Amino acid sequence: MNIIVLVKQVPNTTNIKLDPKTGNLIREGLESIMNPDDLHALEAAVKIKDKTGGKVIAVSMGPPQAVDVLTQAMGMGADKAFLLSDRAFSGADTWATSYTLSKGIEKIKDYDLIICGHQAIDGDTAQIGPQVADWLDIAQATYVNDIESVDENEIVVKRRLEHGFERVACKMPVLLTVISELNEPRYPHMGQLISACEQKAPIKVWNAADIGVKTIEVGLEGSNTHVIKTFTPNFKRQNELLEGSNKEVVSDLIDRLKKSDTTIAYRL
Amino acid sequence: MTIWIIEDKCDGCRRCIKACPYEGIEIKDGIASVTERCTSCGACIEACKKKNAIESDIEPRKIPDFSDRQGVWVFAEQTDGKLARVCLELLGKAQDLAKDMGHKVSAVLLGKDVSHLIQTLHDHGAQNVYLVEDDLLKNFRTIAYTNVIEDLVLTYKPNILLMGATALGRDLAPRVSRRVGTGLTADCTQLAIDPDEKLMFQTRPAFGGNVMATIACKYASPQMATVRPGVMEAAPCKLENPTLIRHKISLKEQDIRTKILERVTQKKPGTDIIDANVIVAGGRGVNGEQGFAMLKELADILGGELACTRLIIEQGILPHDAQVGQTGKTIRPEIYIACGISGAVQHTAGMTGSRYIIAINNDPLAPIFKLANWGIVGDVHEIVPEFIKQLSCGGAS
Ligand SMILES: Cc1cc2nc3c(=O)[nH]c(=O)nc-3n(C[C@H](O)[C@H](O)[C@H](O)COP(=O)(O)OP(=O)(O)OC[C@H]3O[C@@H](n4cnc5c(N)ncnc54)[C@H](O)[C@@H]3O)c2cc1C
Ligand SMILES: Cc1cc2nc3c(=O)[nH]c(=O)nc-3n(C[C@H](O)[C@H](O)[C@H](O)COP(=O)(O)OP(=O)(O)OC[C@H]3O[C@@H](n4cnc5c(N)ncnc54)[C@H](O)[C@@H]3O)c2cc1C
Repeated sequence: MNIIVLVKQVPNTTNIKLDPKTGNLIREGLESIMNPDDLHALEAAVKIKDKTGGKVIAVSMGPPQAVDVLTQAMGMGADKAFLLSDRAFSGADTWATSYTLSKGIEKIKDYDLIICGHQAIDGDTAQIGPQVADWLDIAQATYVNDIESVDENEIVVKRRLEHGFERVACKMPVLLTVISELNEPRYPHMGQLISACEQKAPIKVWNAADIGVKTIEVGLEGSNTHVIKTFTPNFKRQNELLEGSNKEVVSDLIDRLKKSDTTIAYRL
Repeated sequence: MTIWIIEDKCDGCRRCIKACPYEGIEIKDGIASVTERCTSCGACIEACKKKNAIESDIEPRKIPDFSDRQGVWVFAEQTDGKLARVCLELLGKAQDLAKDMGHKVSAVLLGKDVSHLIQTLHDHGAQNVYLVEDDLLKNFRTIAYTNVIEDLVLTYKPNILLMGATALGRDLAPRVSRRVGTGLTADCTQLAIDPDEKLMFQTRPAFGGNVMATIACKYASPQMATVRPGVMEAAPCKLENPTLIRHKISLKEQDIRTKILERVTQKKPGTDIIDANVIVAGGRGVNGEQGFAMLKELADILGGELACTRLIIEQGILPHDAQVGQTGKTIRPEIYIACGISGAVQHTAGMTGSRYIIAINNDPLAPIFKLANWGIVGDVHEIVPEFIKQLSCGGAS
């Protein structure tokens, strides 16, 4: 069984710093990492491969330095990797990104299963998976937190929903988007990393011409949505610290709640 | 496609840097300089209009004529014949948008035996209800729903299509947007009509809530967005001559390609935190199960519900659906009491819409105080019992 895993390189937003003066995001010095959900996607793919045989192929769209996440993917057990990279791909919304990825996948051609992360921690849209599935005209299952069984014809997965979960059987080929509950990703294996680096051209780079897309169909120009402005959220409140003994501050607080325009004001 | 700086016109005012969504421009030796990250989007040119120090060879893209696209549509998400609350919230917002555009509000209802929901949709602002009923639509399945909505959009040509950013909406909306050939803005918290171009400005958090982005979809139609539950307000209203439009489409089981084997609702006691007026939320500063039992007592007295940060979920103290934040729920109760919560952005992303925020924390520098209306610096294990005591004996002594 051949499994394609989509991996994205993202800035590590967990230790994000804001400029104290402007309140803007400081991107300088932010380390780049593999999108956390994608680690789980890779882990799931390698686990399936261990059972069924076949190949795991990692695909990423991004700038040349995104090759790092593909190397990491190979260290985790991917057999091959493709980087879709072209100046023309930059500034893409999810429409153009999913189109580019699906053209790359069509060129790879031989796949039974595509696994991607549920959501990237930078763009945060969770739209790429379903859109790629629709470009390729295959089934999808999102929010996957368990893979129960898989063979050439069918995969059975569990999907986390707001109020519980759902078990779904999907006809292959299918695209899954996975959440972190699914598994515990392995650490990259040093030997595999070294052999990934030593192999001749283990990671192929394809540009727009290679995957057969026109530059006006991709990147910023091929996008339907455009970012008009970005700003730092500003939440203004009084920020009053209540002072006094515990007894005093609590009674002060209750007084304020009694005077507030809320439905519970009357209950107090 | 390139962008360049006319060096003697640039005075290093940094307006372009502020305008650039991609950090594609920086200041070098006192003047602007284009970096590798530039995507030639042209935002800097707009910002530098007065000084004209930035030029490019970008040809302006043609905006197609969408004047035949009429109506603000809301997808009426339902499960087992019960409407998702977000759909009524969206109908509330849709009324404002439709007014600003001179359009009508419609709801799109799919399912089997769901006609009892039609009146509720009308009563919350849907002038038209498009109803598609079919055995194969009984339970939500992505491809079936996508095929139906595609047919509706192509037939009736709406200008705007909104869906809730629920698990269902975030599964369905991207697939629909791809199918009908349009853009999609994810998980919006604000929607407004730009008075000049009558475009819908869609604002959403990105980078884990650290950045807000305003996005528009000029070149494709309909303008589509998913909207976070809990951020818009429902607006019940009385409409004259509401209309029901029944639409038929033939679906085939083999096209749908997925089969639901089982759906399990994990019922938890109490109401959903999304519906609660008062939330008592705890973080790592609260001492384990015992501490949360204390918070529960407070919540009960206030008629509220218990919520928490992700760390508490990870410790297994409360179930996943009590988590507030970026990867949890977005709530806007009347009163949010944050106990022993530091105020990490991933958490606050889900609660800043609360009417009143009260913070109790022993660290006066905890970021949560910056968000709070009222803060108490102190140990939760002393403050909360005092709170309970005073409330139980009918107010302050
Ligand atoms: C502030 C901001 C806001 C934005 N808002 C929107 C918006 O509302 N609508 C919109 O259409 N675009 C938006 N974009 C653009 C969007 O971020 C990009 O299109 C991005 O390339 C893909 O979206 P994502 O990061 O949200 O991915 P998600 O859909 O969240 O990613 C899910 C999974 O898809 C796979 N994947 C995603 N990108 C790649 C990739 N480049 N290579 C390989 N696999 C990948 C990964 O497996 C990932 O885990 C925004 C960009 C910014 C900077
Ligand atoms: C991708 C991603 C997504 C995330 N999503 C979410 C999410 O959806 N929701 C979420 O909540 N988190 C989320 N997180 C985690 C988030 O970053 C924070 O780690 C978390 O919110 C912090 O929880 P906390 O406030 O309980 O703990 P801490 O940050 O440890 O804060 C504990 C606070 O309690 C105070 N305290 C300690 N003892 C006492 C006492 N006796 N009395 C009073 N105060 C006391 C301390 O001063 C401190 O301020 C996410 C993280 C990542 C990376």
